[in-house]
Amino acid sequence: MRSRRLLVPTLTLTLALALAGCGADTTGQAPDPGSTGEQEPAGDTLVIYSGRNENLVGPVLERLEEAVGLPVEVRYASSGELAAQLLEEGDASSADLFFSQDAGALGALASAGMLAPLDTTVTDLVPADYQDAQGRWVATSGRARVLAYDPEQAPQVAGFTGIDEILDPALAGSIAYAPTNASFHAFVTALRIDRGEDGAREWLEKLADLRPATYENNNAVLDAVDGGQAAVGLINHYYWYQKVAELGADAVSARIHFLDSDDPGALVNVAGAGVLSTSDNVEAATAAIAFLLSDEIQQYFADETAEYPVVDGVTSEVFELEPLSELDAHQIDLNELESLETTLALLDSVGLT
Amino acid sequence: MALLPLVYLAVRATEGGPGTAAEILLRERTLWLVLRSVGLAVSVTLACLVIGITLAWLTTRTDVPGRRGLGVLAALPLAVPSYVAAYAWISALPALAGFWGTFLVLTACTYPYVYLPVAAAMRRTDPSLEEVSRSLGRSARQTFLAVTVRQVRPAAAAGALLVALYVLSDFGAPSLMRYDVFTRVIHASYRSSFDRTPAAVLSLLLVVLTVAITVAETRSRGRAGHARVGSGVPRAVTPVRLGRLRAVAVGPSVVVAAVALGFPLVSLGYWLLRGTSASLDPTRLVDAAGATVGVAVLGAVLTTALAIPVGVLAARYRGPVVRGLEHASYAGHALPGIVVALALVFFGIRYAEPIYQRTPLLVIAYAVLFLPAAVGAVRASVAQSPRRLEDVSRSLGAGQWTTLRRVTLPLAGPGVATGAALVLLACMKELPATLLLRPTGMDTLATRLWTETGSGAYAAAAPYAVVLVLLAAVPTFLLTGAQARRATEGGQVGPVVPSTDLPDRTEGGPR
Repeated sequence: MRSRRLLVPTLTLTLALALAGCGADTTGQAPDPGSTGEQEPAGDTLVIYSGRNENLVGPVLERLEEAVGLPVEVRYASSGELAAQLLEEGDASSADLFFSQDAGALGALASAGMLAPLDTTVTDLVPADYQDAQGRWVATSGRARVLAYDPEQAPQVAGFTGIDEILDPALAGSIAYAPTNASFHAFVTALRIDRGEDGAREWLEKLADLRPATYENNNAVLDAVDGGQAAVGLINHYYWYQKVAELGADAVSARIHFLDSDDPGALVNVAGAGVLSTSDNVEAATAAIAFLLSDEIQQYFADETAEYPVVDGVTSEVFELEPLSELDAHQIDLNELESLETTLALLDSVGLT
Repeated sequence: MALLPLVYLAVRATEGGPGTAAEILLRERTLWLVLRSVGLAVSVTLACLVIGITLAWLTTRTDVPGRRGLGVLAALPLAVPSYVAAYAWISALPALAGFWGTFLVLTACTYPYVYLPVAAAMRRTDPSLEEVSRSLGRSARQTFLAVTVRQVRPAAAAGALLVALYVLSDFGAPSLMRYDVFTRVIHASYRSSFDRTPAAVLSLLLVVLTVAITVAETRSRGRAGHARVGSGVPRAVTPVRLGRLRAVAVGPSVVVAAVALGFPLVSLGYWLLRGTSASLDPTRLVDAAGATVGVAVLGAVLTTALAIPVGVLAARYRGPVVRGLEHASYAGHALPGIVVALALVFFGIRYAEPIYQRTPLLVIAYAVLFLPAAVGAVRASVAQSPRRLEDVSRSLGAGQWTTLRRVTLPLAGPGVATGAALVLLACMKELPATLLLRPTGMDTLATRLWTETGSGAYAAAAPYAVVLVLLAAVPTFLLTGAQARRATEGGQVGPVVPSTDLPDRTEGGPR
């Protein structure tokens, strides 16, 4: 019987606290006038979920308010997590625009039916290779996979045409890569799509036999090649351009090499944007994408981040970037980059993690 | 509330039909992941027990030089987020990637979960039992193993449970160290985001593991009572004289502090000095620090308020309902932050739209994630105080409520304070749930740190990391400082304090 003595008051207290908690929550809302009740009158604010880093795109998005004529709210997180969040929010989502770091996350939302087909005024601006076949998202900038190499240790890299040529026993122990980097994963996915599961596994196993050195990110890979600790590195093009811009061309001994277009090693992945099908600000969201594709902003990407502009006629004034249309880019359906889990399982099974 | 993530996971896991779920569970890779995660959790927990108990004994029971300072130092690694430590190590020593790096970082960041409660328990326990053991002819070492360790067992087990759950749910350290465990695959599965079923199935498996561990911990507590009601006040503990080993005994504390605290701090300093990206915006830093403290304090208050009833019930009643309630409160702690965040996205936008992506829902997420830390602390301190005091109170005519207010809660006081401080720390460092659930435009130190490191601006990230560690050091410092003071002021034990408090507040009460 003794055990009952505290039971009643403690349980009552639990209930009281739970209720008090709810009470406090609702009163906490009070100083936020107008936010309750009519939550989303159409045309109120443009809500953007951005998977691109605030340091990179913040300055662009701050100017968006002028361009679309509405107050703009931006929520930053990583692309994949935002895509998962949007999928959970479903029809109730208040997001209007999804600005993604990679095509995979856009592909996932598109195949879940959450992206609305874009207006042709927007899709006409971008080459067909750099948008969804059904026009549900467009690329806003591109980045190419390249080989960084040390011309002293491995001058032969300048003549490479395909990714198979780095599987040379002479390069054993001197290949550098970043196994957790999303762009490396995208490359492996492209390899899988290009050569099938077994073909990709064979290539990866051969790479693993050469005992490649792992680094935390692409910058570290490039530093290793530049410092001579590695002869070849698998990176994205803009890391090299940024390093050259920061230190000067003479101070960077590493070079980069673009592979031929029929090779998965020449994959061009993109950042892009799409309008949510539940958006009640479709016009403003479309205007926002048009703004991202405007010459001014395309120039910003080309000059600030050394990414490839996707709109014809814009070329970087800071970096020596070939126009995307002249680049031998490897073509795959970028929507397919969403099959990341299979890629990670494959990498795990060959021990490249 | 703690069950929300479970309901969400059940919804998502069964979406693909039982066939899909079974297929995922029966994959060879799934078994591998279970073994790896459990292996990591077991090895880190064992290492934490050894380090935590050793340091607790050294700093509370021996005459090691500077033991007060060493005692505080030993708790401070709690202020270092595991992702900061992991980044510091991997960027300096890339060869650490894999099991050993993950093991090192997680052990260094979580052993204080064992150290703190064990040190508190060692200060509280009555030395008379140890003296009896010695007088019956047992050596100092035998006494330590047979008597001292046994007395601190509930505290050590509660701490070990927190460590194990932390290891199972942490994403930052294993992902930076490139060690494939459950959470890394759950994250990858959300990042591939097309199909949420595998992530949900794997998360549920993680919950099953957690329940198994929690049940094991409950069993290990056993039925033995650990409260003391003797006559009079127990004597202060006579410190073990280390003799010639005195100076050497400083060694373990210093080594652990260097690994767990010194190295990450030196790395932060190095980033700060080296970088070219150091364009610090002081208002941003102050805003982020303010927001961090604000939401963390709210999180600690709500979590502690919810933990008091659960902790009191768990310490005093062993019925199936209470046990179920306690175990349920642990579910959130074992799940990766992203899973809890998505569960609250799922429920928040459907049933609590007005608070969705606003502070209240974020605070609720903290409560779901960190309830166990507070529950464990409250329960341990109630369990160590004698139930007889409550019976005495009732026999003197005090009602249920008066007894709860005047006896049980004051007895639970130290535990409540410890729990609140632990939750405060955890909230400050939390990242995945904060990213998805924070009010639009709000930045905490952790989210700024994430933004800066995400664009490779390590020098710009360093000030946020430094301020985060400094802020988190405050509750840690208070925790150990308060403990040490209680112990030194007259060698007092917990249970006796509240009873001497009683007369002050009597207004025609039972006395």
